[in-house]
Amino acid sequence: MIAFEHVVVRYPGAAHDAVHDVSFVASRGRMTAIAGPNGSGKSTLVRALLGRRPPVSGRITIDGTDLAVLSRGEVARRVAVVTQREEMAFPTPVRDYLALGRFPHRGAWHGSVAADREAIAHAVALAGITPLLDRAMDTLSGGEWQRVRIARALAQGGDAMVLDEPTTYLDIAHEMEAFELLGRLARDGMAVLLVSHQLNLVARFADQLVLLHDGRVAASGTPDDVMRGEVLERVYGWPLVVTRDPAVGAPALVPLRGRARTAPPPTHPARDR
Amino acid sequence: MRRGAGRWIAAGLVLAVLSLLAVGLGSVRLSPAAVVNAMLGRGDATSVTIVRVLRMPRVALAMLLGAGLGMSGASLQGVMRNPLAEPYLLGVSGGAAVGAVVAVALGAAAAFVPVAAFVGAVVAVTVAFMVAHAAPGRGDARVLLMAGVIVGAFANAAIMLLLANADPGTMRGALWWMMGSVSGATWRQAAWLAGYVLLGGALLVGWARQIDILALGEDAAAGLGLEADRASRRVYLVASLVAAATVAAAGLVGFVGLVVPHIARRMGAGAHRGVILGSALIGAALVVASDLVARTALPPAELPLGAVTAVIGVPFFLLQLRRLR
Repeated sequence: MIAFEHVVVRYPGAAHDAVHDVSFVASRGRMTAIAGPNGSGKSTLVRALLGRRPPVSGRITIDGTDLAVLSRGEVARRVAVVTQREEMAFPTPVRDYLALGRFPHRGAWHGSVAADREAIAHAVALAGITPLLDRAMDTLSGGEWQRVRIARALAQGGDAMVLDEPTTYLDIAHEMEAFELLGRLARDGMAVLLVSHQLNLVARFADQLVLLHDGRVAASGTPDDVMRGEVLERVYGWPLVVTRDPAVGAPALVPLRGRARTAPPPTHPARDR
Repeated sequence: MRRGAGRWIAAGLVLAVLSLLAVGLGSVRLSPAAVVNAMLGRGDATSVTIVRVLRMPRVALAMLLGAGLGMSGASLQGVMRNPLAEPYLLGVSGGAAVGAVVAVALGAAAAFVPVAAFVGAVVAVTVAFMVAHAAPGRGDARVLLMAGVIVGAFANAAIMLLLANADPGTMRGALWWMMGSVSGATWRQAAWLAGYVLLGGALLVGWARQIDILALGEDAAAGLGLEADRASRRVYLVASLVAAATVAAAGLVGFVGLVVPHIARRMGAGAHRGVILGSALIGAALVVASDLVARTALPPAELPLGAVTAVIGVPFFLLQLRRLR
């Protein structure tokens, strides 16, 4: 379980808090989604969790323990993170890449043991990437690459997974596959915390939705609670209607054509990194 | 190295053959059989002296030089996530050159020049670290890279000032040193460098998986539980020290650290453990071959080793630039 309690994050030299008084809980067995416009603080929350931008006040806890007292290794053994950006400077074989997921579980000088091989095999099967094993990372398509990254996070073990925009480069089939996989992981007991722009998909898959606006929580609850026309219009600053998706009846957002008629965009520069 | 193990065995054989050739060829030409005999202390005394006292330490020094520069370059490229990084980037070469030139200009004994070079390199790396540490965005590989380049530029300026009014003897000595050479190698020198290269190499190979992770970027490294800041700093430091030791032993031998890791990668080494070990092997082979060329191409003159490796290295560098577009 990952809990954000009144978390405030501010970048050095910035006039405003990037994230202000954000509280929510991503619990086991549920998919929790964070959504919001560009610059609303979504990725900042992920970086706070990674220890890259520690909160200036408030705290983040993992299973009740303050992140600040846990070592990076302890955090990595409990929470796997698929970051938004990852640079592959060199052509790495997929197998070697997957093995990196086991890094938090061993000392720097140890080779792989049976538990590592098992965890990797399990992750490969879950993510369905067996055909990619003998490839190199730089030969994968965007969809394949993202699935391998999710597999690496699965190999990392732990019972929580955090993903920052995991379906950005995916086509519909691969995006649905990724969401189905994440939904299955949540049903099997994992805490899945997802940063996503795909509100309509999130509405179908997530159990809980946290909507951010200018670094604050604008609404939070079930997708039905959060996805209301007036809330979304205010947050996104664009006219829209919320309807029902005909297949499953989940709320679905349809942006309208025409000029923005509600809130102006944020006054301080966007900081969605 | 489960993939393509045959290629690595072949590379090892190439190194062995090159070494045997390098010991056998020269103003006195010895057959491979005579070389092996002389190594074992059999045969005539002159051959034994030539092989054991003159040529073997030289080949050993060339091997260690290449292995050290190759491993240092492979590690730094990984940590900096930059395929064009090389061991001399952090001011190592500039600092070492300043140290050596100062020693030559002050008329120091020849034996003291490597010590001065080593001290210069360590000072330059320390300054680069301090500059990077003072800047915001600590732990950012680019900041350290910038700091190293700037320290290097400063060192170059210092060398030009030092040499502006130097006498021809100093000039020639400094220049020869800046072009690198393993002539006059002794077993003692080789043993000294072996200490740095073996210990530094063992550390870098031990950290190979951390380098794999650092190569993914800082956020990803944090997600895998690695303290990117500290891990990258120790790799920089050890890789720079290994490079500094090679510079102290043989002057500036360029392009080995840049070129060799790419050859290792193209030979199928993927993760950094393989890239570092492969770079040691290929680096050793490249420098042994370059020194053989430097020694035998235009007898009795000897070409500067750094120039020969650069002549082999520059076209490869340009090819890499083209491939990267």
